Amino acid sequence: MPERPTDRMPGETDEALGEHALSRRDFLTSVGISLAGMLAGCSSETREAFFQKHFLELTPDEVERRLVRIRDDCDRQFGREVSISALPAQPGVVFGYALDLSRCIGCRRCVYACVKENNQSRAPQIQWIRVLEMEKEKGIDFEDGNPYYDPERVPDPDHFYLPVACQQCRNPPCTRVCPVGATWQERDGIVVIDYDWCIGCRYCMAACPYGARHFNWGEPGLPPEDLNPNLHILGNRPRPRGVVEKCTFCIQRVRAGRYPACVEICPVGARKFGNLLDPESEISRILSEKRVFVLKGELKTDPKFFYFYGI
Amino acid sequence: MRNDASEEPEHGEGAEDAAPEFSIARSNALLPLLVLFAVTVLAVVLVIVRAKPFVPTVGVAADRSFAPSDFPALFAKDEALVGIQGGDPGSPSVLFPVPAPPFTEGLFPCMECHATFPPDRERRPLEAMHTDIVLHHDEEHRWCLDCHDADDRNQLRLASGVLVPFTESYRLCGQCHGTQYRDWRSGIHGKRTGYWNGAKRYMLCVHCHNPHSPRFASLQPLPPPMRPQFLHREVGTASVETKGGPGAGEAH
Repeated sequence: MPERPTDRMPGETDEALGEHALSRRDFLTSVGISLAGMLAGCSSETREAFFQKHFLELTPDEVERRLVRIRDDCDRQFGREVSISALPAQPGVVFGYALDLSRCIGCRRCVYACVKENNQSRAPQIQWIRVLEMEKEKGIDFEDGNPYYDPERVPDPDHFYLPVACQQCRNPPCTRVCPVGATWQERDGIVVIDYDWCIGCRYCMAACPYGARHFNWGEPGLPPEDLNPNLHILGNRPRPRGVVEKCTFCIQRVRAGRYPACVEICPVGARKFGNLLDPESEISRILSEKRVFVLKGELKTDPKFFYFYGI
Repeated sequence: MRNDASEEPEHGEGAEDAAPEFSIARSNALLPLLVLFAVTVLAVVLVIVRAKPFVPTVGVAADRSFAPSDFPALFAKDEALVGIQGGDPGSPSVLFPVPAPPFTEGLFPCMECHATFPPDRERRPLEAMHTDIVLHHDEEHRWCLDCHDADDRNQLRLASGVLVPFTESYRLCGQCHGTQYRDWRSGIHGKRTGYWNGAKRYMLCVHCHNPHSPRFASLQPLPPPMRPQFLHREVGTASVETKGGPGAGEAH
């Protein structure tokens, strides 16, 4: 073996390394060969998952293959047939949301309808909507907002209720801090996460001023019979452990034209949804006819989630 | 050793350059430091041993988690699309496809009974029939025949004398509640289900507001979220040791 001084520590000799000493080059070569062998030996799906690309760089063909992969994963994990789509944003549509604070009675129907629709983990519990109970005398006061209220009946005459979920900011702080670009704003304004690309650093959770992002600390517990089989790749598909998730305006529903689940369950009709670019839509009428406001407007996040008093 | 330590400062003062090396073991500071350390350890141990269970300062304990499957009656049915003819994206909104009015079982059509006796137009408390109806709707100025037509009980009667069927009761409500009527027609007031860009299903005013007592009835709220103090119980159930934060080492 020829002498390679750079492979040795000073003072090392052939005797010190022993007869079967591996040079660094030999070691790296064999590691590389065995890795290549492992990759060649494993299935094409595993190989594709290992060498996956960012969602936005996928060709339509590759998107299709990823959908198949997720469908197979769901089949294995839950033993159920699912339909999963990657329906893109409709042209000429930017989604907006408005919530009538004068109507909301704090019944939390929306919280659980959201969990049912979007396949959140049941245990450990993850909920995307948080309803804050606030005193009418104090007005909107996040310091004393109480999410753990539980009276016999709602509404309580001295309190009002402020449901908070993702505000779908036009200037989202969460997407800017993501070190790997795993979260971004779609053309229709929905801020989405690629769960295959998220590394779970939770920078976005620190950046979000609304507490709208949630982390899968444990393996998500979702009973197969509770799985909603109507999935979207950027929305409600079952998440792995160690990724962040958030409200997507029910992307699997709204891109197909339907209202989000929270809108349809709300017993008082406080939740309004529609296309901001359509002047005839409910949301546009609310913006033009009612006095609306956004949460923490001073932060210049420019939410597309508005609150208003309908009375 | 103690003597040595107590003599040290004098020794140092006497010959500053003779003892340049400082040793904490031989200085006076050792004993106070040891005492301080012992007290701290004791305090920490006491805090851990005597720790009381978490008591929330605001709200309920919230130490149990609930899921939609705990409320099958609320979430099993999905009536959002009932009565809606498809959701063709971009199709013009279909106006007012409302569900049927919520009649009390067996009461409609009203004329089945009311045709058998002449109408009594005198204002009075109801005693013979409909005693369950308690009017809390501007009851000082109003009674049955302001809205119900005396001669045709199957219909409602506008102030102008025009008769409208129960399926169009919103026209009657809209006589007084004009702003709500306007908002309801444009979709701001009241609930809509279906398609944001297509066919929608409206509710009638009376689906949410009992016309005889229109204030929205209170509801029992669904349970609050689990407090983070208790979440680790559930993390354990998922058979992964995650307490203290797993990071994302195994994210796939």
